[in-house]
This record gives sequence, C-alpha cells and structure tokens, in this order.
Amino acid sequence: MKSIRIIHLLMMVFVISVSVTSTHPQLTQAFSQQVVQQGATGDDVIELQARLQYIGYYNGKIDGVFGWGTYWALRNFQYEYGLEVDGLLGREAKKKLVKATQYDEQYVKQQIQSGKDFKYYGGTWKKQNQPKETEQQNKQNNKQAEQSGATAVNVPAGYSQNDIQLMANAVHGEARGEPYEGQVAVAAVILNRVESASFPNTVSGVIFEPRAFTAVADGQIWLTPNETSKKAVVDALNGWDPSGQAIYYFNPETATSSWIWSRPQIKKIGKHIFAK
Amino acid sequence: MIRWIFISVLSLGVIGTAVWGYQEHQEKNAILIQAENNYQRAFHDLSYQMDLLHDKIGTVLAMNSQKQLSPQLAEIWRLTSEAHNDVGQLPLTLMPFNKTEEFLSNIGTFSYRTAVRDLTKKPLSKEEEQTLNKLYEQSGEIKKELRKVQYMVLNDQLRWMDVQLALATEDKSDNKIIDGFKTVEKQVEGYEEANLGPTFTGVSSKEKPYQNVTGEKLSKEQVIQKAKDVFSIPEKAKMNVTKSGDGADVPTYSLSYEGKNKRGYMDMTVQGGHPLSILVSRDVKDAQFSLYDGMKEAEKFLQKHQYDNMEAYQTTQYDQVGVYSFLYVQDDVRVYPDSVQVKVALDNGDIIGLSAKNYFMNHQERDIPKPALSEEEAREFVSPKVHLQEHHLAIIENDLKEEVLVYEFVGTMGDNTYRIFINAEDGIEEKVERLKQSEMKFGQNT
Repeated sequence: MKSIRIIHLLMMVFVISVSVTSTHPQLTQAFSQQVVQQGATGDDVIELQARLQYIGYYNGKIDGVFGWGTYWALRNFQYEYGLEVDGLLGREAKKKLVKATQYDEQYVKQQIQSGKDFKYYGGTWKKQNQPKETEQQNKQNNKQAEQSGATAVNVPAGYSQNDIQLMANAVHGEARGEPYEGQVAVAAVILNRVESASFPNTVSGVIFEPRAFTAVADGQIWLTPNETSKKAVVDALNGWDPSGQAIYYFNPETATSSWIWSRPQIKKIGKHIFAK
Repeated sequence: MIRWIFISVLSLGVIGTAVWGYQEHQEKNAILIQAENNYQRAFHDLSYQMDLLHDKIGTVLAMNSQKQLSPQLAEIWRLTSEAHNDVGQLPLTLMPFNKTEEFLSNIGTFSYRTAVRDLTKKPLSKEEEQTLNKLYEQSGEIKKELRKVQYMVLNDQLRWMDVQLALATEDKSDNKIIDGFKTVEKQVEGYEEANLGPTFTGVSSKEKPYQNVTGEKLSKEQVIQKAKDVFSIPEKAKMNVTKSGDGADVPTYSLSYEGKNKRGYMDMTVQGGHPLSILVSRDVKDAQFSLYDGMKEAEKFLQKHQYDNMEAYQTTQYDQVGVYSFLYVQDDVRVYPDSVQVKVALDNGDIIGLSAKNYFMNHQERDIPKPALSEEEAREFVSPKVHLQEHHLAIIENDLKEEVLVYEFVGTMGDNTYRIFINAEDGIEEKVERLKQSEMKFGQNT
C-alpha cells in the first residue's frame, strides 16, 4: 500500500518536473470554438492548414486563407477518418484532427513571418526547430505573428488587390466626402462602363479614358485613398450597385457639359446625379 | 556706385527670370506635343483599323470555303476590339459618339459568335450573309467619313488638343474634327438594328426588365414603415427618402439615415417595396462571429424576408465582414441568375448589406426540362485531366445571355480548382472557370 503511494508521488513529481522543464511549446494548442468554413481567414485557418499538412493532406502554402486547396484537403481528411464529408471544420473534425496531428503555433507563425517557403510535414519540422531561442525573442515573435498571421487575402473573383487599389484611387479622387453609398455608386459606374459597349473593356481603360473623370484630369486620383474607398470598391465588385446601373454621373454645380443634362437621370446621391 | 550694383543685380534677375521662363515654356510645349501625339496615334490608328475592318468583311463575303471563314471572322473580331480601344483613348467621352462605339462592339459580337461556331456543320445562314452585306456597306461609309476627317487633320494641321479645349469650354464655334465625328455618329444612327435582321441584335445594349417585382404601389410613408422591418434604424435618426427619376430601370425609393457612427442606405421598389440594395456603413469591431455563424445570420435574414430555397454557394471573409452569395434552388437545380448577396458584420452578426438586383431581375418559377443527358454521359464531355469532386444540376446564362440547363462539375487539376458547366441537352462545354479566391499580400515580406 505504502509503496504504491510512493510510486504515485514519484510519478506526480515526475509529471510536474517534465511539464516545468519542457522546452517544447504547447503542442496541442487547439482551435477556437468556432466552426471554420471556406472563405474564412485567421489563426484557425493557419492551424487547420498546418495540421492538414502535418499528415500530408494539404500541400499548398500555409497562408491563413481557407481557399479551395484547403477545402479539398479537409474533405479528404473527413473522408479518410470516417466523418461527414462537408468541408466544414466542426467539433468532430477538430477532435480527430487534433488527435492525429501536432501543431507548433510558434514555429509555424515564425516561418510565416520570415516569409520563407516552408512545409510543415510531420517528422521533418522538429529538426528545423532545434535552435533554441530565449524567452524574450519568442515573445517578440509571438507578438509579430499575432499582428499579421495570414499572408494572403480574399479578393473578389477576377480582380487583384492592385485593381482594387486603382479603383479606390479613382473613387477617392472623385467622391471622397460623399456618403458611403455614393462612393459605392461611383465604383459601380466604373464597372458598369466596363460592361457597356460604348466604353473601354477594362477598369484602367475606363478610368484613364480622356475626359472621363475630372479627378483623373487634375491629378486628384493620385491622392492616397482611405480605407472607406477601398471598402466601397470591394462592395461594388461583389455586386452592390446603388447607382441603379448608371453609366454617367455628374455634379450639377460644376458640370460644364450641357449634353450630360440630356441623359435620363436615375437618382441623386450626395452631390452626384447618376444617369443612364 | 550703389546705383550700378543695384542695376546689375536687377538685370541679372531679369535675365534669370527670362531664362527660367523660357525653359518652363519649352517643357510645357514638350508635354503638350507628347499629349497631342498620343491623340494623333490613337486617331490615325482608328482610321486604319476601320479601313482594314471594311476590307476584311469584304473578303469574308467573297469566301466560299467555310473552313477559311472562321479565322477571318476572328480577325474581324480582333479588329473591332482594337478600334474600340482606340476610340477609348480619344477625348470624346462627353460627346455623343456612343452609337458608333456600340456599332463596333456589335460587329464584334456578331463575328465572335459566328467565328466560334462550327461552320462546317452549321454554315452561315441567308440572314447572316445579308447582315454581313449590310455591315460591309455601313463600315464602308464609316471608313469613308473617318478618312475624310483624317485628310482634314493632315491637310489643315488640326490638333486634337483643340478638340479637347473646345469640348471642355463648350465652344460653339466650329471644330472640324468634332463636326466630322458628329457626321459619323449621324450615319450610324441611321442604321436601325431592325434592318440588320434578328441575327444582329446587340446583346450588350439590351437591358432586361425587372420581371419579379410585384405588388401594390407604395407611398412614401408605407415605404418608411416597411424599411423599419428590414433594418434597425436608430430612434432619433432622420430618414431621408427620395424617389428615382426617369432613367431608372425600375422605380425605387432611396432611403437613407445618419445615426451615431453609422449610416444606412436602402433602395426599395415603389411597387411592392422590395429591398433591392442595402448598405450600412460603420466601423466593424473584432470578430466575435465566425464566417459560419455569419452565414447562419444571413440565412435567417433571407428566410425572414421571404427569399425561399436559397443556398449559399460562395462565402468570403474580408477582415471582419462576411460576404455571402446565395442562389435560388428549384427542385435541386441551382439557378445562378437568381443570386442574392448578403453582407454580415462579424462583430455582432448584424446584416449590413444586401444586393438583390439579380434576384428581382431574373427570378421566376421556371419549367425546368428533364436533362437529356445523364450525369455519367455529361461527365464524358469533361476533360479527363480534371479530377471531378462535386456535381449539381444548374441553370446558368451562357455567352449569348440565354438561360441553359447544365451539369455543373467542380473538379481539381493539380493545385487548381475548376468549375465546369456542361450543357445537359447536347454536352457543349458552356463555361469553364478557374476558381480563385485569394491572392498573396504584396509587399509584405520584403
């Protein structure tokens, strides 16, 4: 009886000492409570991608955006582990995934931060993780990692961040100070023109068409756009059009062309009249 | 002595100013010439392309072998797009020149459609040949007019910078270039689409009516009442309601309110008070909701407002905002034209955006035919290189803007995912899309 107690005690001491001296970061850092689905971004997605890569289901880049590659990887995982195949990371899938894999958050985020191409296959990562770092450095790295986990962003289909930036420049130059819907409407007019037969077929063609926009003519397009104009552009690209499919707009106080008044008017938002 | 110093300093100053002024003047001239040259290039290019276009249509008319026809039609298509591009670089935006541009793009659509068709199986019809004949004539006239303007420009050394100036100041005095272009536009206006036959109805210029807008006409007060159902308006916020003008495709009321750190906007149809678009703008704080939770909120919202049988087909997170695209599902067939977009703030799950334009334009109960091909048969038409993962029946709008019943396959090839639409009647590959959702952040790890 006594000897069993001592063994117990010894074991407890052993367990505590191991947990204290362990230099490994928490390997079983688990997901948040939320269900993760396609299109999501953030830390849960990084963990999901890393864990799927650990067991070889995901070969793409760990970038923190739940894209199609991650989706298929998760579905394959669900299929192989006898779960419902729906591409959603729910509680069951999380449990199985955590059980089957290890996740070293610090290491993964460091690698992402450094910008190097890296893979997180089970077995290989430990060797790379050998060089030990001081507490302080770790903390710093952690902080950085928290700031910018994901290295990719979602973009509306067919457009790049640079296209969004260019349009945001135009919207900011043309309609800063207008209500939000007025800015979305200006962005929508640019897109309606791209679709229209009587205008160029690209965003840049429409924006830089001579005499099309005053902000382009007087250089205001090169002011640095704010976040609002970027949001307005993304909304327009995602299908919002408060202009009512307008292809012209003008400020009645400053419009110089009499022809523009002959266009059938749709509505007025802020200072701009939108027309067909 | 002092006077002499004063004089020499002053004269040095005068000379310096003169030199500086001369340099500025030179620089300005150089830039003006450069801008003028850009216009000139676009203009001469345009006349050349129109000439070439006219020639090409002429050669197509004389051709006998259907095999040779397709590349020639493709060439016409390319020329129209070049010419269109040139027009876009001239300062004609605020001048009525749209009919000509539309004419160009209609030639483009016509030649594209016929070029991609298998002409050995389905040769040009009588009507299409007639259309080509007419196009030959008309492009000839446009070419002639443009060449005339070009002659004047070259002969009288007309400058495009003057055109720009004349248009900007609305100078009523004659500008020969503007007059020339007005003549071209008049010519084109004369070509009614009707006399070009049914094969030449411009796809792009046709607008669809809103066919799903039903109900009683509402008054301003009723609309405000209804708006309060749809989005929560802060109590003291002042509502601003305006009615749309003559140019609107469907009469709407536009409502907006300004709250504390929050602004809301909604377009509602006069008939029935259907919300066409909602935009709420406010700062969204840290996300408490996942993209998935947000989707549930969006679904609840759609159900509450009688959008039945909607299914999310694309979900995307932009910072703390979830954007969801839903489509209508009728008897397990996904109807892509009837789409609705919903935006959810992921800090508290509020609906901050709705775009239902497409839904009200296209939605109706359709008679969906039984597919002639089985799913296995349709599969045969997909490239064997693509590893198929998912499939649905769907209705999409094809290149000709017609609704067609298709099998939708989602598959992978290497690291890429594709969405492939196979016509359920005849197995034609209607559309293939490479699905891309994200892009790496540029300039992050430099």
